[in-house]
Amino acid sequence: MAINPHNRGPLRTLSVLVLLIVGLCGLLGAVSTWGTAQKTPKLGLDLQGGTQLILEPKVVGNTPINPGQVQKAVDIIRARVDGSGVSEAEVSTQGNNIVISLPGTPDKATIASLQKPSQLSMRAVLVAASTAPTPVPTSTGKPTAPATGKPTAPATAPSVKSTGTATTAPKSGFPPALTAATTPPPTPTPTTAATPTATPTTAAKPKSASDLAWVTPELEKALATLNCADPKSIEKLVDDPTKPMVTCDNEFPVKYILGPTEVLGSEISNATSGQVQGQNGPTGKNEVRLDFNGPGTKSFCDVTSRIVSLPRPRNQFGIVLDNQVISAPVAQASLCAGTASITGNFTPASAKILADQLKFGALPMSFALQTQDSISPTLGGDQLSRGLLAGAIGLLLVVAYSLFQYRALGLVTVSSLIIAGLLTYGLVTMFGWSQGFRLTMAGVTGLIVSIGIVADSFILYFERVRDEVRDGRALRAAVETGWTRARRTILISDAVNFLAALVLYALAASNVRGFAFTLMLTTIIDIVVVFLFTHPLLSILANTKFFGEGHKWSGLDPKRLGARTTTYAGRGRVTIAAQRAAAAEGNQS
Amino acid sequence: MRSFADFGNDLYTGKRSIDFVGRQKTWYTVSLILLVLAAIGLFGRGLNIGLEFRGGSEFRVSSVTNFNSFEARSKAAVGTLSTGSDVVVTKIGTDTVRVQTEKFQNSQTEKVMAALAREFNVSENKITANTVGASWGASVTQKAITALIWFLVLVSLVLATYFRTWKMSMAALIALAHDLVITIGIYALAGFEVTPASVIGFLTILGYSLYDTVVVFDKVRENTMAAEGNGRLSYSQAANQAVNQTLVRSINTSVVALLPVASILVIGSWLLGPGTLLDLSLALFVGISVGTYSSIFIATPVLADLREREPAMQELKKRATRYQAAQGRKTSTVPSDSDSADTNGTNDSDLLETARVPSGAGSTAAGRPVHPYVQTGPRNQPKRPPKSKR
Repeated sequence: MAINPHNRGPLRTLSVLVLLIVGLCGLLGAVSTWGTAQKTPKLGLDLQGGTQLILEPKVVGNTPINPGQVQKAVDIIRARVDGSGVSEAEVSTQGNNIVISLPGTPDKATIASLQKPSQLSMRAVLVAASTAPTPVPTSTGKPTAPATGKPTAPATAPSVKSTGTATTAPKSGFPPALTAATTPPPTPTPTTAATPTATPTTAAKPKSASDLAWVTPELEKALATLNCADPKSIEKLVDDPTKPMVTCDNEFPVKYILGPTEVLGSEISNATSGQVQGQNGPTGKNEVRLDFNGPGTKSFCDVTSRIVSLPRPRNQFGIVLDNQVISAPVAQASLCAGTASITGNFTPASAKILADQLKFGALPMSFALQTQDSISPTLGGDQLSRGLLAGAIGLLLVVAYSLFQYRALGLVTVSSLIIAGLLTYGLVTMFGWSQGFRLTMAGVTGLIVSIGIVADSFILYFERVRDEVRDGRALRAAVETGWTRARRTILISDAVNFLAALVLYALAASNVRGFAFTLMLTTIIDIVVVFLFTHPLLSILANTKFFGEGHKWSGLDPKRLGARTTTYAGRGRVTIAAQRAAAAEGNQS
Repeated sequence: MRSFADFGNDLYTGKRSIDFVGRQKTWYTVSLILLVLAAIGLFGRGLNIGLEFRGGSEFRVSSVTNFNSFEARSKAAVGTLSTGSDVVVTKIGTDTVRVQTEKFQNSQTEKVMAALAREFNVSENKITANTVGASWGASVTQKAITALIWFLVLVSLVLATYFRTWKMSMAALIALAHDLVITIGIYALAGFEVTPASVIGFLTILGYSLYDTVVVFDKVRENTMAAEGNGRLSYSQAANQAVNQTLVRSINTSVVALLPVASILVIGSWLLGPGTLLDLSLALFVGISVGTYSSIFIATPVLADLREREPAMQELKKRATRYQAAQGRKTSTVPSDSDSADTNGTNDSDLLETARVPSGAGSTAAGRPVHPYVQTGPRNQPKRPPKSKR
């Protein structure tokens, strides 16, 4: 069948839309089959049930919190949430507040552990041990790769980071550095039990913080059973400043018994990262510089002076943040100048991370629970199903009304709404997968509200086309002129709507965002559908006999629309619309 | 349906014309009364501020079967742990009881949940608890106000650029303020609870109200541009014609926008009870209705009033009066049929060019502008260059 040349342009536009939809569906199908996406939109807490906690981070001493600290606080909370073993939890900010969304209802202990204050501390290392699993005796005899690989792994991994101490020649006046050693445990013995060789008598009273008398059999047992691969067990560790503690390194497969806290995070006045300055300018190595305040200088001096002469690993001290050792440098001198630098195999980025951790960790942060909102899954499901029911009824009413008002043109509205719905579903699901967008009740409301705004574009367009028909234009011309006029109005009104949604999205709180996001999305979809679907479809329909001749049920009947009886049709000809319509009617009957 | 289409035709051709712009005093009075009522509601009764703004705890007990004296029972259950002075108990939907109390600590919350579960004989997982700090609502409001200011500034700029006149921005913003005050006033008068969701709803009204106004204004722009060109209608008349011509669209759009919102409202109040959905849809329902009203009855008359003061528009009015007098028709009716034939977008600029020239130069005794060709004498035929030069 030959294609009507008038339809070529519109058909091309329509095929773009078809391509778009097929592409979206294909992508969605692909990522849900082979990727992690799901085929339905991700639902928010209020729909699938769960708990939302809003925590307000507070810095001790009433100092106003700055955005950098908020980010740090989010990192802390995120680490804790991950540690608590809750899957699918989400942490986000809302102004200066931190919003935690958890599926299900967390118990009191979980909430308390999320809320506990964060504090950085430095403790002397008493015992270090590899976390590599104790090799199974049978495998040691075999010279195969897995068997030999295991015991050596802890020895090789940290050595990447440990550097020769000689190269870390600091600037004159700057105290000789500490190496960010976390050098392997002194003897990378495959069995952890072998490490604490000096088993002290439990009765002995520890003389200093580095005294091995702190190491009790219980601690040893705790060390042996501690599984660093399990974040949950790290979460359970107790960080009591007056007592020794067992903990893991967060980077290297090493676990420690640490002495009591000696330097508090609040005693670090500043931490920066940068390149080590040699005689000939920057050496290309990175370091983290620390400044201590008065009490900090003294205690840090005490620690380094005491441990510098001790054998490894006791010349290391662990910097503990949130139960984990973030760095365990070796003291290379007694540092009493109030400044220190940690060198090692840092990249600029890793040095900066450590400096930030030290700087912000220095501020003891506590978290006040602002709101706790729990929704049972059944209630959420009810909300969703009833919200959808309301949407379906609303949509049905819209369909009925537009069929009543626009007759067959109403079908164009309905099919456009269906296309818009398809695109919205696909995009919401895609955003759920790629951006973690979750559809909340407010979002569903936004979608339902947008039915009206999307349908308005069609109404606007049809009314303009009708106006042109009233002026006596033939339908095909009326569609084109009506379109050029309606297009402007649709674009400017959608721009205003989009602006409203954008401002809402940029400035509003989290649950408003879902609403604003769906509004933005549907405004764009509205434009896409009107340009790529409704207009080309109407152009094609204008070439059909049913619409082009203004059938009674087409909604574009010139007679019904009161088109003026005579129109100048160009080249000295005159069209008599009413006669033409009457003739068309006469032909049919 | 038949009559509605005819109504639309008559409005379009001007056979039937509702004098929206000319009778602005009536609409202003109506709006003034509404605004005064809103102010009375706002300052007299005050807004019914939701829990989110006051701070407190809320418990929802679902699957309740026995509703006998549920208020007293829940108060008794809560009363064991608090003074019980400001406990508000409401029944939501068919099987849920909502208890709003002062703010409880975490441990107390669980005791209250246990007490309520015992009292209503449901398991504890049928109870949801919700603790809200007072600052949460405050921070939402503060952000809403920041968003509002930003939005207004940006929108005025966009509209002023698009319509090439700040007066359209101003008229649109006046209509916007009008909508917002009346919506909030209705909230105060009816005692609807203001929650963060209602605040979202209010913000959406801003967008919708402007959207509607912009659609009407775009038609106003089109018509007045044609009027400025051919001088047959004064600004007010052209604006009034625009409102009449978009009236059918306005009605259809409002109905289509209100239908889904109304369906949420009905489903929400009937099945769901207070919540995000109901709060939002209520705010939107009121706002969309008021927004449609204002874009027709307030925005356009205000715009016409603002523009009529300009000297150029006064001049246009005089021209239009002369033209209409010459046509031997009453000035009050919009001349029909003949004018709208030329007003399509493509010809607008041509009309503007050709018609402006003679406005000062040549006109007939009746004051009708004369076509430029008439002034310059017979039309020059294109000359063919002589054969030698071709």
